[in-house]
Amino acid sequence: MNDSIIDLKDLFKSFNSHKVLDGINLAIEKGTTVVVIGRSGCGKSVMLKHIMGILQPDKGQVLVNGRDLGELNEKEINGIRMKMGMVFQGGALFDSLTVGENVGFGLIEHADITHKELFERIEESLYMVGLCGIANLMPSELSGGMKKRVALARALCMKPDIILYDEPTTGVDPITADSINDLIKSLHDKIKVTSIVVTHDMKSAYKVADKIAMLYQGKIIFQGSPKEVQETDHPIVHQFINGLAHGPITETIDCFR
Amino acid sequence: MQFFIRLGKKTLSFFSFLGGLSNLALQTVYWSFLPPYQKRRVVEEAKKAGLDSLYIVSLIALFLGVILAFQIAYIMQRLGSELYIASIVTLALVRELGPVITSLVVAGRVGAAIAAEIGSMQVTEQVDALETLATNPIKYLVVPRFLALTLMLPVLTLYADIIGIMGGWLICVFKLGISSSLYFKIAFDSLLFKDLFTGLSKTVFFGMLIALVSCYEGFNVEGGAEGVGRATTKAVVTTFILIIASDCFFTALFYFIFP
Repeated sequence: MNDSIIDLKDLFKSFNSHKVLDGINLAIEKGTTVVVIGRSGCGKSVMLKHIMGILQPDKGQVLVNGRDLGELNEKEINGIRMKMGMVFQGGALFDSLTVGENVGFGLIEHADITHKELFERIEESLYMVGLCGIANLMPSELSGGMKKRVALARALCMKPDIILYDEPTTGVDPITADSINDLIKSLHDKIKVTSIVVTHDMKSAYKVADKIAMLYQGKIIFQGSPKEVQETDHPIVHQFINGLAHGPITETIDCFR
Repeated sequence: MQFFIRLGKKTLSFFSFLGGLSNLALQTVYWSFLPPYQKRRVVEEAKKAGLDSLYIVSLIALFLGVILAFQIAYIMQRLGSELYIASIVTLALVRELGPVITSLVVAGRVGAAIAAEIGSMQVTEQVDALETLATNPIKYLVVPRFLALTLMLPVLTLYADIIGIMGGWLICVFKLGISSSLYFKIAFDSLLFKDLFTGLSKTVFFGMLIALVSCYEGFNVEGGAEGVGRATTKAVVTTFILIIASDCFFTALFYFIFP
């Protein structure tokens, strides 16, 4: 418990009286990859945005490196953000800037480095995601899968300790998806980053996860290793991971109808 | 009953708009004074807001001057005092029409672009991405646009005033046969410093208004492409109303301060 780098404690958040997070508790240990699974719209991305400090919880605490984000001022939060990277679902690349400027954005804005160093860091980050020599293209010239990888390169360029992935394999072809999984895994193995991956792609989850947590109705209802998840008899988790149309998840929806 | 509920909702949303806008305004001013200053981005935005608006402002100001001269000529010819066309065109343009028309043109052209751009950035999570890269969206997106518009709108207005006076000159010289030197003499004799000052000083405020309302609507986009469209419309309509309303206020204020 003591070496957890991210700790969510009793997190509540509603939007317009719609409860999205309903008391989340999740501890993430340093250097591990945690995959959070759950249905679309169940609050997975909202949870990530809390860890990044973009959204503030109605109640509860987000601890990063043991520091409560709610008690820090903007400068201190930005200090923590410099050591975190987030890969957004659609990439969220700045479309008025070139790929290179996107990747180097954090360094250009915050770091005092020479032009040559900057260029090297950009190329190094792009090399890590397998996209060399595209620094001068505009984001609109890239395919969806490339955008995701450039977004990952942008996160990597800051040499983060923690990377948050919002549905990294959604909307890309299976081969690109697998190469993204490989990337996540190799970052975990080689440079020991802590990763939180939000997804509903079970293949990806089994491949990259050290631990899988399931988010359902605003709560973490199950946590365990990929093997434990596969073998569980928890009815909700069982329905989700096997992608069954009938089961307790859809029954609760049925009774609202 | 239904009416009062609707009225209550409208009032609430109006106050939440005012509150949000004031909050944004305060933060923008705060971040404007806080280094590091983004000179390059201010210049970039100033080019987009100022230089790129020159064509349309020239065109509209020129037509405005011509129209004014014709309309005033209609009554002045009946009174037999065509000479005063020059001074009325100049005063009307410098005191009122130059500032307001330029502001409306810029609100339609630049304000709409700002709302649409920031709105699209909001729906594609680029605004959130800025925050994850430890960059304050207000500092990065609003401050350059705010400073650029605040600086460029008075310059554009001065330019529009000059072009408009040239429009009046065209009609007076080529249609009514007044000599060029006489037109300019009458035009500039009637013009006092306070006319220029009151005309230009309000555009500083209009510039701020356009930038803030457009950015505010952009940040508050909800629901994809349709939301961006709605926000853009709302930004333009709101700035139009606020420009005209605050112009009314300024005109009354200046009327009493500089009688």
